[in-house]
Amino acid sequence: MKKAGGRIYTFLIFLFLYAPILVLIVYSFNDTETGSRVVWGGFSLRWYRKLFEDRLIMEALRNTLVIAVTAAVASTVLGTVAAIGINGMKRLPRRIMMNITNFPMVNPEIVTGVSLMLLFVSAVRLFGGRSLGMASLIAAHITFCLPYVILSVLPKLRQMDPNLYEAAQDLGCPPIKAFFKVVLPEIMPGVMTGMIMAFTLSIDDFVISYFTSGTTQTLPIYIYSMTRRRISPEINALSTVLFAAVMVLLVIVNVRNLKDQSGQQKEEV
Amino acid sequence: MEGEKTVCGRDLYPENGICDKSGMYREIGARCLAFAAVLLLVLAPGLPAMAAQNPGQDVTINVYNWGEYIANGTDGSLDVNAEFTRRTGIKVNYTTFDSNESLYSKLVGGGADYDVIIPSDYMVSRLIDENMLAELDFSNIPNYQYVDDSFRNADYDPQGRYSVPYTWGVVGLFYNTDYIQEEITSWSSLWDDRYAGKILMFDNPRDSFAIAQFLLGQSVNTVEESDWQEAAALLKQQKPLVQAYVMDKIFDKMESEEAWIAPYYAGDAAILVDNSDNIRFVVPKEGTNYFVDAMCIPATSRHKAEAEAYINFLCDPEIAGANMDYVGYSTPETAAKAYMDPEMVESPVHYPDEEILASTQVFVNLPEDTAKLIDKLWAEAKMGGPGESAVLVAIILGFLALYIGILVYKRRKRKRELA
Repeated sequence: MKKAGGRIYTFLIFLFLYAPILVLIVYSFNDTETGSRVVWGGFSLRWYRKLFEDRLIMEALRNTLVIAVTAAVASTVLGTVAAIGINGMKRLPRRIMMNITNFPMVNPEIVTGVSLMLLFVSAVRLFGGRSLGMASLIAAHITFCLPYVILSVLPKLRQMDPNLYEAAQDLGCPPIKAFFKVVLPEIMPGVMTGMIMAFTLSIDDFVISYFTSGTTQTLPIYIYSMTRRRISPEINALSTVLFAAVMVLLVIVNVRNLKDQSGQQKEEV
Repeated sequence: MEGEKTVCGRDLYPENGICDKSGMYREIGARCLAFAAVLLLVLAPGLPAMAAQNPGQDVTINVYNWGEYIANGTDGSLDVNAEFTRRTGIKVNYTTFDSNESLYSKLVGGGADYDVIIPSDYMVSRLIDENMLAELDFSNIPNYQYVDDSFRNADYDPQGRYSVPYTWGVVGLFYNTDYIQEEITSWSSLWDDRYAGKILMFDNPRDSFAIAQFLLGQSVNTVEESDWQEAAALLKQQKPLVQAYVMDKIFDKMESEEAWIAPYYAGDAAILVDNSDNIRFVVPKEGTNYFVDAMCIPATSRHKAEAEAYINFLCDPEIAGANMDYVGYSTPETAAKAYMDPEMVESPVHYPDEEILASTQVFVNLPEDTAKLIDKLWAEAKMGGPGESAVLVAIILGFLALYIGILVYKRRKRKRELA
């Protein structure tokens, strides 16, 4: 009895969470002339076809992907390096460093967005530029992705046996080589998780991008601009594609974590 | 881990392994941190330089328009921007916005450099007032000759020096004939309590106030405080009858018959009329708001000649016709109608009669005091006035009292336990 109640409760919660997304996906296949979001007119892929014909959406998608990939890679490199640095610190400076790192995560996005915009605008003026764009977007995205990378790499470093690295050096391995041969493989799961997190965060960021985009348009900004006119079901199709992409990434992250855990358990045994 | 002091010759003999381990480890950590800092420093100055446009390359103009407001090549329409590039070699970086206000904040905030923008009437007049638009050189826009006389020198740009109309439209009433049998002719139907709970209103102050003002016979651009107060009183009176204040949700609600009557922009809602037999469109007899979205060039534009070429291109009747066919709004060029779907040209939703147009009013920019007053009155009308905010305050105070109560109870309990 108790178990059944618990199951129903869980089911309701999941229904509540996923029903909107489900409706959105279903209506992306809706076949209507008016682009209705409430009246079902049969199954079709017309909105998907239209979506891939739409040069503006595709350009926005390309921008978004370029930014997401660049920001993910750059923030992963920076974040990993920073995590190693933080890990090697004494307790007090490490505490301070971690607080500084965590601050942007609790900071409201709009504050980050506006302050980055002000910074970039004055920087651009200083260097005689005319407009924000791709570069400022990438810089902004690296900024807000960085803490997440550090946070996912750091625990891996703490778990790692610090003696391994020294052992490698004892055996005649130069520091850089020891890092790539010994440290990096050990913390790789954390690095990958951080990178994927950064990528997904970057892909669906709206607020910060809105302020730092200048004349470059990303996908979320483009979608938002449609809200005055009728939001075309192309957006349903697009959201479905995005949802699927994010879903796949999340599954990858989780499977990685799972593998990671079972690997550790084996080692402990 | 950390804590032990170490001194070792790590620089001289990095791989001899005599050195203290944790110190060694910390060393590389510090180096990494330094590396991260250096990388940031190296990257940072490069950013603005990258953001600046390369002058040696072909010209790219930045166009900022409403979302979904140009034919883009889907569904067999003309890809306007690609066609422009093909004909002139000028590249177009086309981006979109959702409201006049976000366009304005982008322009004022800096960091964006536009060559062509397409704001609505009142925003055009605001930008003119604030000296943010460049005067157009009409010798570069010969196709301006096709723009009908009635669309030139409108109130928002009295001398017609800064803007070229792109589209126009009127606000009208949409209603479902299944539920509303009588012929609707007046805005007062939105105050009819037979339709209580089935009425929708605009979710923006200017459009909503305009409806009340037409009923009251005021000018929509009045600066008299008493006029606005009167209109606000009318809106407050209407509030209990209104199902919701919405924008594009009007389509869903009308289509699903959740709502029966709603005001909206003709160009957007025409598709509803075209696709269902029981939805009708009418421009009420008291007159209505007639709006224009017009092409302008910001004063900061560096490619003014190219921007003018773009405006000229959009005014080409053939292009304008193909474009409006897709967008669904009305064109200010009679010549363009020859290239459009005849059904659309004859539709009274898209092109209302002259006599209806004669009683329309266009929004212009209002002084800041008035704008603030409207915002305040609108918030009051929508929220139901001070009565409801009192309830809100009471609720918040209630929660606060509860919270304090819990705190006091816990403290007492702890004291009792200690005792």
